[in-house]
Amino acid sequence: MTAIGHHTPDAMLAAYAAGSLPHPFAVVIATHVSMCEDCRAALEAHQAAGGVVLDETAGEALSERLRDRVLGHLDDAVEDTPVHARTGIYPAPVVAAMSGRAPRWKALGMGVKQDILSADGEGSLRLLYIPSGQAVPDHGHRGTELTLVLQGSFSDVTGRFGVGDVEVADEDLEHTPTADEGLPCICLAATDAPLRFSALLPRLLQPIFRI
Amino acid sequence: MARIEAMITLEIGIARSGRPPSAAVVTRTLRKERTIPTPSEQTGWMIAVRDRRDRAAFCALFDHFAPRLKGFVMRSGTTAAEAEDIVQDVMLSVWRKAHLFDPHRAEASSWIYQIARNRQIDIIRKARRLVPEELAEPPGTEPDPAQIVAVEQETGKLRAALRRLKGEQREVIEKAYLGELSHQEIANQTGLPLGTIKSRIRLGMQRLRHELKDLEE
Ligand SMILES: [Zn+2]
Repeated sequence: MTAIGHHTPDAMLAAYAAGSLPHPFAVVIATHVSMCEDCRAALEAHQAAGGVVLDETAGEALSERLRDRVLGHLDDAVEDTPVHARTGIYPAPVVAAMSGRAPRWKALGMGVKQDILSADGEGSLRLLYIPSGQAVPDHGHRGTELTLVLQGSFSDVTGRFGVGDVEVADEDLEHTPTADEGLPCICLAATDAPLRFSALLPRLLQPIFRI
Repeated sequence: MARIEAMITLEIGIARSGRPPSAAVVTRTLRKERTIPTPSEQTGWMIAVRDRRDRAAFCALFDHFAPRLKGFVMRSGTTAAEAEDIVQDVMLSVWRKAHLFDPHRAEASSWIYQIARNRQIDIIRKARRLVPEELAEPPGTEPDPAQIVAVEQETGKLRAALRRLKGEQREVIEKAYLGELSHQEIANQTGLPLGTIKSRIRLGMQRLRHELKDLEE
């Protein structure tokens, strides 16, 4: 495995720390940080800056009983929330996004498969499976698209992306990611707007096929 | 009380790791703290809560952070009553998740800030926020007081940098970390100088990896 060469933009790490990143992007950031010590350190640096802002905030008087109320709950039994562990090529945040299940691949044609993990007003998050030598159907996208490689690698006009690398594509980029030789390429892809597959389906049909 | 216990914790670490220069740094810093409260005091409370479930230390953390948390949450337009519910929730999470606190990578305020943001998003989304995998300390890892103090010093530099910012500039930074700016809006801003603290935190992480290697050998 080669070193990670394509990292997440610093502004997204800051927005992730502050909680202002749309959910699909937040999952990509949490996953990349699970794979990349440089970005984890950068994220924790932003958390330190957030901590400084918190520490410098003027305090508001608390109601008298709040402290006792909190102390009274210290010994409460807490139900264990499931902690998802890394499974194979899938880091913990991806496993959590799948609620612990295995991927449910749906064929998109030409051997390309996807599993939509979320699609709503905040955008979409899905896993993509691209056989080696195969292209993701030519697509433009509204808004920004983040693609994080979990297995194999892909290349497009902007370069080559291996395991852990993140491609950030804005809407001006018409690109054709193609899986390289070797293992099938599996990616986590997030957009902050619905996708539009220019070559595959008219845009009107998108809500029906959810792609 | 908590202060003394924190000192003991650090001193045990020094005795075991046998690093005299670090010991000197720590002792100097702690002496200074007796008169002027510095961030290390809060880190000491967190360590006491983490290692000994120390309620007095938790009360000290509460008295320091709860009013600030309430003010912080109310700045985003939350009502006073709702803000207190969030404060309660966050402080209980601090107690329950204390085992994840690592002073080699974060000061107490950094860690509590992260807990607060995670909990607020849990509440907004009505589902657990997906967070990165934890970096677990290998069992038996000794504390490294020099690294702990260095992280605090770097955080102190950030604090000084924030205080130096003038009105509008400072407001933008505050808004960013309050979660009121999008990543595109943040991208257009010049932020705080994060470079040195980033490399310091990176060292804290490498330390975990080196310990792991030692165990394997
Ligand atoms: Zn990275």
